[in-house]
This record gives sequence, C-alpha cells and structure tokens, in this order.
Amino acid sequence: MRRAMRIATMLILLLAGLPQAGAVIEIHQFDDPAQEALYDQLTHELRCLVCQNQNLADSHADLAKDLREEIYEMVRAGKGKQQIIDFMVQRYGDFVLYRPPVKPLTLPLWLGPFALLSLALAVYAFIVYRRSRRGAAEALLDAAAREKARRLLGDKEQEHS
Amino acid sequence: MNRKRILLFSLPLLFFGLLVALFLRGLELDPRRVPSPLIGKPAPTFTLPRLHDPAKTFSTAEMKGKVWLLNVWASWCVACRDEQPLLVDFAQRHLVPIVGLDYKDDPRDGKRWLAALGDPYDVIAVDASGRVGIDWGVYGVPETFVIDKHGIIRHKVIGPIQPEILEHRLLPLIRRLQEEPA
Repeated sequence: MRRAMRIATMLILLLAGLPQAGAVIEIHQFDDPAQEALYDQLTHELRCLVCQNQNLADSHADLAKDLREEIYEMVRAGKGKQQIIDFMVQRYGDFVLYRPPVKPLTLPLWLGPFALLSLALAVYAFIVYRRSRRGAAEALLDAAAREKARRLLGDKEQEHS
Repeated sequence: MNRKRILLFSLPLLFFGLLVALFLRGLELDPRRVPSPLIGKPAPTFTLPRLHDPAKTFSTAEMKGKVWLLNVWASWCVACRDEQPLLVDFAQRHLVPIVGLDYKDDPRDGKRWLAALGDPYDVIAVDASGRVGIDWGVYGVPETFVIDKHGIIRHKVIGPIQPEILEHRLLPLIRRLQEEPA
C-alpha cells in the first residue's frame, strides 16, 4: 500500500514537471483554421531579435511573447500574411525574416552557392580534361616504348638464332 | 613549369588568407547590432502617460521643431544602470532635450530607480505594455534615438552609450541637426 502511494506521488510529480519541458505554451483561440495556420507559419518564419537563433514560436524572450501577441491580434483582425510581414520588417528590418527577400543587397546570398558550385565544376572539368589529355600522351609514349622494346628484343632473338 | 607550380601551390594559401581576413572582420562585427530600418524615416508617434504625473500625457507632437533624444530604459534593465551616470552628466550640459521611455516597467520601480541613480530626463513617458517599443523597433534596452527637427529618426544607439560614441558621433550629429532649418 505504501509502495503504491509512493509510486503514485512520483507519477504526479513527473506529470507536473512535463509542461515545462515542452516549447512555449500559450493558448491562442482561433475561429478559423486558416488563421491558425497563418499564425503558426508566421511565428515559425520570423526571427526573435533577442535570442537571435530562435524563431518567435520557440523563444521565451519577453519581446517574443509580445510579438506573438501582436501577430495573434493582427491575424485575428483578418490581416494578410504580407501585411503582417511588412509590419515586422518596417520595425526590425529584413533581419526578422528567416527567408531573406531577393534584392540587390541579398543577391550574393542567393546566388553565392550557385556561383561557387559552378566554379568548382569548372575546376573539376579542367582537371579531368587535362588528365585525359596527359593520359593519351602517356599511352602514345607507351606505344613508342613498346615498339622500341620489341625491336630490341627482336634484334636479340635474331642474334640468338 | 616551375613558376606555374609555385603559383598553383600558393593558391590555397591565398584562399586561406582570404578566409582569415573574412573571419577577423566577422569577429569585430556584433550580430546584436541589427541596422534599424527606421533611420531616415519619420519617428513613430505616440501619446503616453507621464511617469511623474500619470494624469498628464506626453506626445511626440510636442517635440516638433526640436532636435531631441529618446532614451528607452527600464528599472529591470541591467545595462541601463551602466549608462545612467553618463546620461545624467550629459543632461547637465543642457545641449538637447532627453525624453525617457520607461519600457515595460512598473512606474513605482521606475521612480525608485531614478531616485537612486539620477534622473536625466526632461520628460518620461511610460510604455507599460511595450506597444510603443514595438513601433520603434526596440529589442535591446537601453536604446537611444536621435530625432531631428522634422521628426525624422537620424541615428540609433543600441545598448549603453559609450563616452566615445557620445562625444564623437552623437554630439557632432546633434550640433549639425540643430543648425538645420526647422
């Protein structure tokens, strides 16, 4: 009996500790599942400015909480995705976007990987081309050497016979 | 052939040098200093209760035609403690009005904090909900904005103002802005 009670207490304590282990828990009511999806998407795509490597959805920072509330209210008021993103960018700049926009300043960011990949492919192609040419030259040399060897051997064979 | 080879072998070295230069530059940059998109834009307007007289409000419209500073602070903000002596000293020179924005703070704590550390502000507005802070793009208290005579934000300092920044960047800017026609 005492053991059963001890186990029960332990379970209760464990369960009480559970919610703290999860991510941020806030209850936001939505009338429309589309609005809920928009809220989820926005809080996952927008960066928290205080703990900079977290999005708004995961951050426990006070500012992130306020911004989630702000976004919640805007979504509830029927504002569109672009309107809410504009609201954030106006105040905090492109930095809040985990998906940076394509514009002259961010072009190196978007095109850089492709430029590096093309450069690597060009170097690779050049090396392969040079190797194949050198390989052909070596094969040619081999043929000449073989010819010479055969001739020398042939001469010896003639001497022996 | 030999010279070509030397050139080829020095290529990785060159690349390494380039990376080192990039990383050294990266060490100097502070990722917390996000450039504000509000610089060069009209300062967001607000009307908020005053800390010392909550029945009265302060509105940004009152500052029209003046160069002024907005200093965002809070009693819970540790870095504000470092900044306060500098601001108190600076306020005694009466060069420019300083408006305080008590950000997400209990007014009682705010007043106690000012009594202990000194009050450099001409007027203090209380932003209890943090809404005005969001409009101004505040994310790291203390923050200080320089606003010109036309109500345009001209500069922003994130974190405590350092004496060199005050003397070499803020003061020359304030003087220049004060000379501009209203």
